[in-house]
Formats: sequence, structure tokens, C-alpha cells
Amino acid sequence: MAESAALPGLAIPGSSISDVPRHSAVVRVTHWVMTLSFVGLLVSGVAILLSHPRLYWGETGAAGAPSLIDLPLPFVLANQNGWGRHLHFLSAWVLVLNGLLYALSGFLTQHFRKNLLPAKSDLTWRSFSQVISRHVRLQRPDAEEARTYNVLQRITYLVVVFGLFPLVIWTGLAMSPAITSVAPVLVTVFGGQQSARTIHFFVSCFLLLFLFVHIGMICLAGFGNRVRSMITGHTALGKEEA
Amino acid sequence: MTKLLSRRKLITSGLAATAGASGLAVAVRLAGRYGLIPPDHGGIYGPGETLTYAAHRLLTRHSLAREFSRSQISNPPFANEIAPPGDHFKRLQTDGFKDWRLSVEGLVAQPASLSLDDVKRFPASRQITEIACEEGWSYVAEWVGTPLVDVLRAAGIMPQARYVVYFSIEKAWWESVDMADALHPQTLLAYAMNGGDLPVAFGGPLRLRVPRQLGYKSVKFINRLAVTDSLKPFGKGLGSAAPEGGYAWYAGI
Repeated sequence: MAESAALPGLAIPGSSISDVPRHSAVVRVTHWVMTLSFVGLLVSGVAILLSHPRLYWGETGAAGAPSLIDLPLPFVLANQNGWGRHLHFLSAWVLVLNGLLYALSGFLTQHFRKNLLPAKSDLTWRSFSQVISRHVRLQRPDAEEARTYNVLQRITYLVVVFGLFPLVIWTGLAMSPAITSVAPVLVTVFGGQQSARTIHFFVSCFLLLFLFVHIGMICLAGFGNRVRSMITGHTALGKEEA
Repeated sequence: MTKLLSRRKLITSGLAATAGASGLAVAVRLAGRYGLIPPDHGGIYGPGETLTYAAHRLLTRHSLAREFSRSQISNPPFANEIAPPGDHFKRLQTDGFKDWRLSVEGLVAQPASLSLDDVKRFPASRQITEIACEEGWSYVAEWVGTPLVDVLRAAGIMPQARYVVYFSIEKAWWESVDMADALHPQTLLAYAMNGGDLPVAFGGPLRLRVPRQLGYKSVKFINRLAVTDSLKPFGKGLGSAAPEGGYAWYAGI
């Protein structure tokens, strides 16, 4: 209660509602730092892409060479995307250092094992279809789900944390001529620099898709309470309608 | 009891803050001493640029840019747009660049003014490397030229040298690299490309190839080199024309 009292606008009214701990301080701080850096990367990534919105496969690619996809975007930011590049690399440093802190803490506190690794009993078709059918019918989560993650959430978070983010960082590094001079394998496994760039773009699209679904689900589950619990660390049971 | 606790807390957090601040100060001083701070380290984006440059300098001092096989050479290579050549350039071009001069100045024992033939008299080095533009496109080509290190050594680099500034005949285009890149065996004064003289569209007669950095560091139409211990006297003191136009000085990304 102490923390929510410090944020009067977010204070939980009434004492009849049970107030349970939800997110640890490290998870909360790294979540919001990551949000900020991700927005920075997204905006600047678009700015960089707009200087050459064509994607290629293989080692090389340029105007006049066959492309994989010509994105329906104008070539508008030639010679003026310097700010985008600066913001992209600064945000990338924040994201990577913050991510390392999150991952280290997640392993040390067993957050990943306890809260994200699905229970064996949940890895059944029955359990999946139950969760999916509840999602399809846009049902609000029950009280138990306000305390913990369901199997679909767990798998999604694991894919994002250990799949998409490492891959987007890796393909980013694979575009650096200096980094690949030390470790050429970083780029050769993708079949070349332009392939790495293309994968970087599509993984970013998946991360953006995750962001939309994530926000959509939060709205469905009760925006106020979910955001509050990611700020204060506490969730108010029975207030899911908030 | 609370008073005691809060005093203890005050002392510990005070000590922690002092340790943190002095740790950062020591790190900054060490980074400065070992040349890990780029000339464009100021401003809100400065910390990102500094982290990148420092990390790359610690990791990539001697590493070699990837080289490719002959079959991977892009055909045709992409000729990026260049500004229309000035009258001075056109006059030099009509004479087959026989009056082209590369001046070597600054912290060298013997400043020199080299013709293209003088540059070609050094042992030639060839590389098949990729040039990648910050915009996103790239191509592979074979370049032949004189390693910058050979020209600098011949002029006698003074021990206090820290950077090499290089200038295009186009006034607005100049860049610089630190000694790690200047002395790197793949940094070439390129005069030939893909089996012929370096075409004007690709920076002929002389282009500096810096294959471990993005394309804008490979400046076209090179006619002047200046060895220096400080980048302050050049332009706005940010190291090159790129930061003055909003781009990073170090482009190893």
C-alpha cells in the first residue's frame, strides 16, 4: 500500500479489495526502461528504413539489383536520417544493457523458471484449447490469472524474451562491418548482410505485432489495474473491471 | 533506533554515490587516455556514440574486414550519386589526372606532394570487400591501391599522431580516422577497381577505402592527408564533415 499511496492518482480505493504482490522491482523497472528504448528503436528504425525502403536477400543489394520486397514507402529521408541513426544506436545500448540486467536477474531469482516456464501439466492440447477459446471469446481473465500467467502468455513471453529480442540484436550486429570483422559467423549464418537486414526488419514487425496484442490484452483485462500493477508492483484482485 | 538506521543508511548511500561517481570519473579518464572517446561525444546522443566507439576499439583494433571471392563481386556495382565535378577537377581529368596531387601534411617528418604515379610506386594491395551505405544498400567490389600505412610510414609518422584527416577535392567532404584504422592493412588509397582504373563515378582517380566502416568514410577524390594529434582545429572540431551534417564520426556501427 505504501507505494500506491505515493501515487495518489493510482491509489487503490477501499480496503475490501485484496492487494497482492504481482511484479518484482527489477521486472517493473526493466519493463518500463525497455518500453522507452523500444519506442526509440521503432521510431528511429522507421526513419532509417525510409532512406532505402527496399529489402534484399543474400550478401549485397542496391538500386538496380533485384530486390526481395519493395516496401510501398517513399524514399524520403535520404541524407537526413542522422538523428534516426543516433537515436537507434543509443536506444539499442539501453535495450541491450537493460535486457542483460533483466535476464541476469530472471535467472538468479528463478523468475523465468517459476513464472514463465509452463508447467508440464499445462502443455496439453486440452489446456491450450481452453486458454485459446477463452481468448477467442474475449473473456476477461479470472482471479487466478491476475496472479500468474496462463500457458499461452508464458510461451509468448519466452518466445519474445529468448527468441525475438536476441534475434533482432544479433541481426543488428550482423550489419556492422566492424563487428563482423571480428566474428564473420555472425553474418554468414544468415547468408549475408542483406539477409540479416531483411530478417532484422521482419523480426521487428513481429515485435510490433506482439506490442499491439500485448496492449490489446491489457485493455481487455483491465487497463488501469494492469498498468498500476506494473508500476506499483501490486495488483488488486476483484478489480479486473477497472 | 530509527535515527541510527537512517544515519547508517545515509552513510552507506553516500558512500555508494561517491564510489559510483568516482568510478565513472575514473572510467571516463581511462577511456580518454586509451583513445576510446570519439570527437563527437557531446550532446544527448554522445553516450551511445561513445559506448559504440569504445566497445569497437576494444574488440576490433586489428581484426580484418570480411573478404569475398571473385564470383561474389557485384555486377554492375552501384554508382552512388556524386556532385557534378568542378572546373578544376574537369581540367585535371582532361589531362588524365597526370597533375593530380596528394599532399601529405601535419605530424610527419617529411611532408610530401605525391602524383598518382608516386602513389602507384608503392607495392599494390588488393582486396575484394563489401561497401555498405548507411542507407542500407551494399555491393562487393575488388579494389587495388596503396595501403595508407605505407604512404604515412614513408613520410615518417611522428609519435604524437592520433588521427589522420583526409580531404576530397570537393571542399565540403572530409573525414578522419584514428590510428587503428589509419595503420590498418586494409585501409587503402585505392586507384583501381574491378580490373580497371577507378572510375570517376566511384571516386577516381583516388579514393580512401576504409572497409571496416560504412561507405561515407570511404571518401572520393582524395587530394590531401593531414596527420594530427587533435581534431579540434578541423571544421567545427567534431572530427569530420559527417557529424556536422548530423551523422556519426565513427561508422563501424
